[in-house]
Amino acid sequence: MVEQSVQLDNVFRALGDPTRRAMLRRLAAQERTVGELAEPFKMSLAAASKHIKTLENAGLLRRTVRGRTHYCQLNPQPLSDADEWLRSYERLWDRRLEALEALLRHPEKE
Amino acid sequence: MSLRQSGTDRIEKQIRLVAPRARVWHALTNTREFGQWFGVKLTGSVAPGATLRGPITIKGFEHVKFEATVETVEPESRFSFRWHPYAVEPGVDYSDEPTTLVVFTLVEVEGATLLTVVESGFDQIPASRRAKAFAMNSNGWGAQVENLKRYLTA
Repeated sequence: MVEQSVQLDNVFRALGDPTRRAMLRRLAAQERTVGELAEPFKMSLAAASKHIKTLENAGLLRRTVRGRTHYCQLNPQPLSDADEWLRSYERLWDRRLEALEALLRHPEKE
Repeated sequence: MSLRQSGTDRIEKQIRLVAPRARVWHALTNTREFGQWFGVKLTGSVAPGATLRGPITIKGFEHVKFEATVETVEPESRFSFRWHPYAVEPGVDYSDEPTTLVVFTLVEVEGATLLTVVESGFDQIPASRRAKAFAMNSNGWGAQVENLKRYLTA
Protein backbone atom coordinates (compact mmCIF):
# COMPACT_ATOMS: atom_id res chain seq x y z
CA MET A 1 0.00 0.00 0.00
CA VAL A 2 2.78 2.41 0.89
CA GLU A 3 4.56 1.70 -2.36
CA GLN A 4 1.36 2.31 -4.21
CA SER A 5 0.92 5.64 -2.44
CA VAL A 6 4.41 6.69 -3.43
CA GLN A 7 3.64 5.73 -7.00
CA LEU A 8 0.40 7.71 -6.92
CA ASP A 9 2.20 10.68 -5.41
CA ASN A 10 4.61 10.59 -8.34
CA VAL A 11 1.73 10.38 -10.77
CA PHE A 12 -0.11 13.33 -9.30
CA ARG A 13 3.08 15.35 -8.97
CA ALA A 14 3.80 14.70 -12.62
CA LEU A 15 0.31 15.86 -13.49
CA GLY A 16 0.63 19.03 -11.43
CA ASP A 17 2.48 20.93 -14.13
CA PRO A 18 0.90 22.41 -17.26
CA THR A 19 3.87 21.63 -19.52
CA ARG A 20 3.85 17.99 -18.55
CA ARG A 21 0.09 17.80 -18.97
CA ALA A 22 0.44 19.23 -22.45
CA MET A 23 3.18 16.70 -23.19
CA LEU A 24 0.90 13.87 -22.10
CA ARG A 25 -1.90 15.17 -24.26
CA ARG A 26 0.41 15.21 -27.26
CA LEU A 27 1.59 11.70 -26.47
CA ALA A 28 -1.98 10.53 -26.24
CA ALA A 29 -2.26 11.22 -29.96
CA GLN A 30 0.97 9.50 -31.01
CA GLU A 31 4.49 8.72 -29.94
CA ARG A 32 6.99 11.58 -30.19
CA THR A 33 10.71 12.02 -30.15
CA VAL A 34 12.20 14.04 -27.30
CA GLY A 35 12.80 16.88 -29.74
CA GLU A 36 9.21 16.83 -30.96
CA LEU A 37 7.95 16.88 -27.40
CA ALA A 38 10.10 19.87 -26.51
CA GLU A 39 9.38 21.80 -29.70
CA PRO A 40 6.07 23.63 -28.93
CA PHE A 41 7.24 24.81 -25.52
CA LYS A 42 10.13 27.08 -26.48
CA MET A 43 12.41 25.48 -23.96
CA SER A 44 15.84 23.96 -24.00
CA LEU A 45 16.22 20.28 -24.68
CA ALA A 46 17.64 19.92 -21.18
CA ALA A 47 14.55 21.49 -19.61
CA ALA A 48 12.32 19.26 -21.70
CA SER A 49 14.35 16.24 -20.68
CA LYS A 50 13.73 17.06 -17.04
CA HIS A 51 9.99 17.07 -17.58
CA ILE A 52 10.22 13.85 -19.53
CA LYS A 53 12.19 12.29 -16.71
CA THR A 54 9.47 13.27 -14.21
CA LEU A 55 6.83 11.66 -16.40
CA GLU A 56 9.02 8.61 -16.76
CA ASN A 57 9.46 8.31 -12.99
CA ALA A 58 5.71 8.41 -12.55
CA GLY A 59 5.45 5.58 -15.06
CA LEU A 60 3.35 7.73 -17.36
CA LEU A 61 5.90 7.79 -20.16
CA ARG A 62 7.93 5.04 -21.70
CA ARG A 63 10.99 5.59 -23.78
CA THR A 64 12.25 3.33 -26.53
CA VAL A 65 15.47 3.86 -28.37
CA ARG A 66 15.58 3.12 -32.08
CA GLY A 67 18.90 3.84 -33.70
CA ARG A 68 20.01 7.11 -32.15
CA THR A 69 16.53 8.45 -31.56
CA HIS A 70 14.59 8.28 -28.31
CA TYR A 71 10.86 7.82 -28.80
CA CYS A 72 8.42 8.62 -26.00
CA GLN A 73 5.12 6.82 -25.56
CA LEU A 74 2.25 7.40 -23.20
CA ASN A 75 1.66 4.69 -20.64
CA PRO A 76 -1.80 5.27 -19.21
CA GLN A 77 -1.59 2.39 -16.74
CA PRO A 78 -0.62 4.34 -13.62
CA LEU A 79 -3.23 6.95 -14.41
CA SER A 80 -5.98 4.44 -14.71
CA ASP A 81 -4.90 2.30 -11.79
CA ALA A 82 -7.77 0.23 -12.97
CA ASP A 83 -7.87 -2.49 -10.36
CA GLU A 84 -8.04 -0.05 -7.51
CA TRP A 85 -10.57 2.06 -9.30
CA LEU A 86 -12.81 -0.89 -10.02
CA ARG A 87 -12.67 -1.89 -6.40
CA SER A 88 -13.91 1.47 -5.26
CA TYR A 89 -16.55 1.46 -7.96
CA GLU A 90 -17.61 -2.02 -6.89
CA ARG A 91 -18.41 -0.69 -3.44
CA LEU A 92 -21.09 1.47 -5.02
CA TRP A 93 -22.67 -1.65 -6.49
CA ASP A 94 -22.46 -3.41 -3.13
CA ARG A 95 -24.31 -0.56 -1.51
CA ARG A 96 -26.98 -0.59 -4.20
CA LEU A 97 -27.53 -4.33 -4.00
CA GLU A 98 -27.81 -4.09 -0.23
CA ALA A 99 -30.45 -1.42 -0.72
CA LEU A 100 -32.27 -3.70 -3.16
CA GLU A 101 -32.18 -6.50 -0.64
CA ALA A 102 -33.58 -4.21 2.03
CA LEU A 103 -36.31 -3.02 -0.29
CA LEU A 104 -37.38 -6.60 -1.02
CA ARG A 105 -37.36 -7.46 2.65
CA HIS A 106 -39.40 -4.46 3.71
CA PRO A 107 -41.61 -3.67 0.78
CA GLU A 108 -43.05 -0.23 0.72
CA LYS A 109 -46.84 -0.10 0.81
CA GLU A 110 -48.15 0.42 -2.71
CA MET B 1 -1.02 -2.26 -23.98
CA SER B 2 -2.03 -5.36 -22.13
CA LEU B 3 -4.35 -4.66 -19.28
CA ARG B 4 -5.50 -7.81 -17.55
CA GLN B 5 -8.76 -8.62 -19.29
CA SER B 6 -10.62 -10.19 -16.42
CA GLY B 7 -9.42 -7.78 -13.80
CA THR B 8 -10.01 -4.40 -15.31
CA ASP B 9 -12.78 -4.62 -17.86
CA ARG B 10 -15.66 -5.95 -15.82
CA ILE B 11 -17.33 -6.09 -12.45
CA GLU B 12 -19.45 -9.07 -11.52
CA LYS B 13 -21.72 -9.17 -8.48
CA GLN B 14 -24.06 -11.84 -7.34
CA ILE B 15 -26.66 -11.72 -4.63
CA ARG B 16 -29.23 -14.25 -3.40
CA LEU B 17 -32.49 -12.44 -2.80
CA VAL B 18 -35.19 -14.10 -0.77
CA ALA B 19 -38.04 -13.09 -3.05
CA PRO B 20 -39.84 -14.58 -6.02
CA ARG B 21 -38.32 -13.90 -9.41
CA ALA B 22 -41.30 -11.81 -10.50
CA ARG B 23 -40.88 -9.62 -7.43
CA VAL B 24 -37.18 -9.02 -8.12
CA TRP B 25 -37.95 -8.32 -11.76
CA HIS B 26 -40.42 -5.64 -10.69
CA ALA B 27 -37.84 -4.04 -8.41
CA LEU B 28 -35.42 -3.94 -11.33
CA THR B 29 -37.66 -2.70 -14.09
CA ASN B 30 -40.27 -0.54 -12.39
CA THR B 31 -38.62 2.87 -12.59
CA ARG B 32 -39.98 4.01 -9.24
CA GLU B 33 -38.71 0.92 -7.45
CA PHE B 34 -35.45 0.90 -9.36
CA GLY B 35 -34.93 4.48 -8.30
CA GLN B 36 -35.45 3.61 -4.67
CA TRP B 37 -32.58 1.20 -4.33
CA PHE B 38 -30.37 2.63 -7.06
CA GLY B 39 -30.63 6.14 -5.69
CA VAL B 40 -32.18 8.02 -8.58
CA LYS B 41 -35.47 9.76 -9.27
CA LEU B 42 -36.44 8.29 -12.61
CA THR B 43 -39.13 9.08 -15.10
CA GLY B 44 -40.01 7.06 -18.16
CA SER B 45 -40.51 3.34 -18.38
CA VAL B 46 -38.26 0.42 -19.14
CA ALA B 47 -38.41 -0.74 -22.74
CA PRO B 48 -35.73 -1.66 -25.28
CA GLY B 49 -34.18 1.51 -26.68
CA ALA B 50 -35.76 3.75 -24.05
CA THR B 51 -33.70 6.39 -22.31
CA LEU B 52 -34.03 6.59 -18.56
CA ARG B 53 -33.20 9.93 -17.03
CA GLY B 54 -33.30 11.51 -13.64
CA PRO B 55 -31.34 13.14 -10.85
CA ILE B 56 -29.30 10.97 -8.50
CA THR B 57 -30.72 11.08 -4.99
CA ILE B 58 -27.61 9.90 -3.15
CA LYS B 59 -26.43 12.52 -0.68
CA GLY B 60 -23.67 14.63 -2.18
CA PHE B 61 -24.45 13.56 -5.73
CA GLU B 62 -27.76 15.36 -6.19
CA HIS B 63 -26.30 17.50 -8.99
CA VAL B 64 -25.62 14.35 -11.02
CA LYS B 65 -27.96 13.26 -13.76
CA PHE B 66 -28.49 9.57 -14.28
CA GLU B 67 -28.89 8.68 -17.92
CA ALA B 68 -29.08 5.18 -19.31
CA THR B 69 -30.22 3.59 -22.54
CA VAL B 70 -32.07 0.34 -22.15
CA GLU B 71 -30.82 -2.50 -24.34
CA THR B 72 -32.39 -5.82 -23.39
CA VAL B 73 -35.67 -6.51 -21.63
CA GLU B 74 -36.39 -10.24 -21.36
CA PRO B 75 -39.14 -10.52 -18.76
CA GLU B 76 -38.02 -12.05 -15.48
CA SER B 77 -34.67 -13.13 -16.85
CA ARG B 78 -32.55 -10.36 -18.31
CA PHE B 79 -32.41 -6.56 -18.21
CA SER B 80 -29.55 -4.47 -19.51
CA PHE B 81 -28.66 -0.84 -20.09
CA ARG B 82 -25.71 1.26 -21.21
CA TRP B 83 -24.51 4.28 -19.31
CA HIS B 84 -21.53 6.39 -18.39
CA PRO B 85 -20.08 5.09 -15.15
CA TYR B 86 -19.07 7.70 -12.62
CA ALA B 87 -20.36 10.54 -14.72
CA VAL B 88 -20.35 12.72 -11.65
CA GLU B 89 -18.65 15.96 -12.56
CA PRO B 90 -21.01 18.89 -12.93
CA GLY B 91 -20.92 20.56 -16.32
CA VAL B 92 -19.00 17.78 -18.05
CA ASP B 93 -20.50 16.38 -21.23
CA TYR B 94 -19.89 12.65 -21.22
CA SER B 95 -21.82 11.87 -24.38
CA ASP B 96 -18.68 11.38 -26.49
CA GLU B 97 -17.18 8.91 -24.06
CA PRO B 98 -17.68 5.18 -24.38
CA THR B 99 -20.38 3.60 -22.24
CA THR B 100 -20.34 0.51 -20.10
CA LEU B 101 -22.97 -2.21 -20.33
CA VAL B 102 -24.84 -3.22 -17.18
CA VAL B 103 -26.58 -6.59 -17.35
CA PHE B 104 -28.90 -7.97 -14.69
CA THR B 105 -29.65 -11.69 -14.91
CA LEU B 106 -32.23 -13.48 -12.79
CA VAL B 107 -32.19 -17.18 -12.01
CA GLU B 108 -34.64 -18.97 -9.76
CA VAL B 109 -33.04 -21.00 -7.02
CA GLU B 110 -34.65 -22.82 -4.16
CA GLY B 111 -36.75 -20.33 -2.24
CA ALA B 112 -34.91 -17.39 -3.67
CA THR B 113 -33.74 -15.54 -6.74
CA LEU B 114 -30.13 -15.31 -7.74
CA LEU B 115 -29.37 -11.91 -9.18
CA THR B 116 -26.15 -11.42 -11.14
CA VAL B 117 -24.98 -7.97 -12.18
CA VAL B 118 -22.20 -7.64 -14.72
CA GLU B 119 -20.90 -4.26 -15.75
CA SER B 120 -18.37 -4.41 -18.57
CA GLY B 121 -16.47 -2.15 -20.92
CA PHE B 122 -14.31 -0.31 -18.40
CA ASP B 123 -11.15 -0.68 -20.45
CA GLN B 124 -12.69 1.71 -22.97
CA ILE B 125 -13.22 4.44 -20.38
CA PRO B 126 -10.58 7.18 -20.66
CA ALA B 127 -7.73 6.72 -18.23
CA SER B 128 -8.05 10.26 -16.94
CA ARG B 129 -11.68 9.64 -16.00
CA ARG B 130 -10.79 6.48 -14.17
CA ALA B 131 -7.99 8.16 -12.27
CA LYS B 132 -10.33 10.95 -11.30
CA ALA B 133 -12.96 8.56 -10.04
CA PHE B 134 -10.34 6.62 -8.18
CA ALA B 135 -9.11 9.73 -6.46
CA MET B 136 -12.63 10.77 -5.56
CA ASN B 137 -13.25 7.49 -3.88
CA SER B 138 -10.14 7.18 -1.82
CA ASN B 139 -10.01 8.95 1.47
CA GLY B 140 -7.23 11.34 2.17
CA TRP B 141 -6.45 12.24 -1.39
CA GLY B 142 -7.85 15.74 -1.20
CA ALA B 143 -4.83 17.54 -2.58
CA GLN B 144 -4.45 15.00 -5.35
CA VAL B 145 -8.05 15.47 -6.33
CA GLU B 146 -7.34 19.17 -6.65
CA ASN B 147 -4.35 18.39 -8.84
CA LEU B 148 -6.43 16.15 -10.98
CA LYS B 149 -9.18 18.72 -11.26
CA ARG B 150 -6.64 21.21 -12.54
CA TYR B 151 -5.35 18.58 -14.92
CA LEU B 152 -8.75 17.85 -16.32
CA THR B 153 -9.77 21.45 -16.71
CA ALA B 154 -6.47 22.82 -18.04
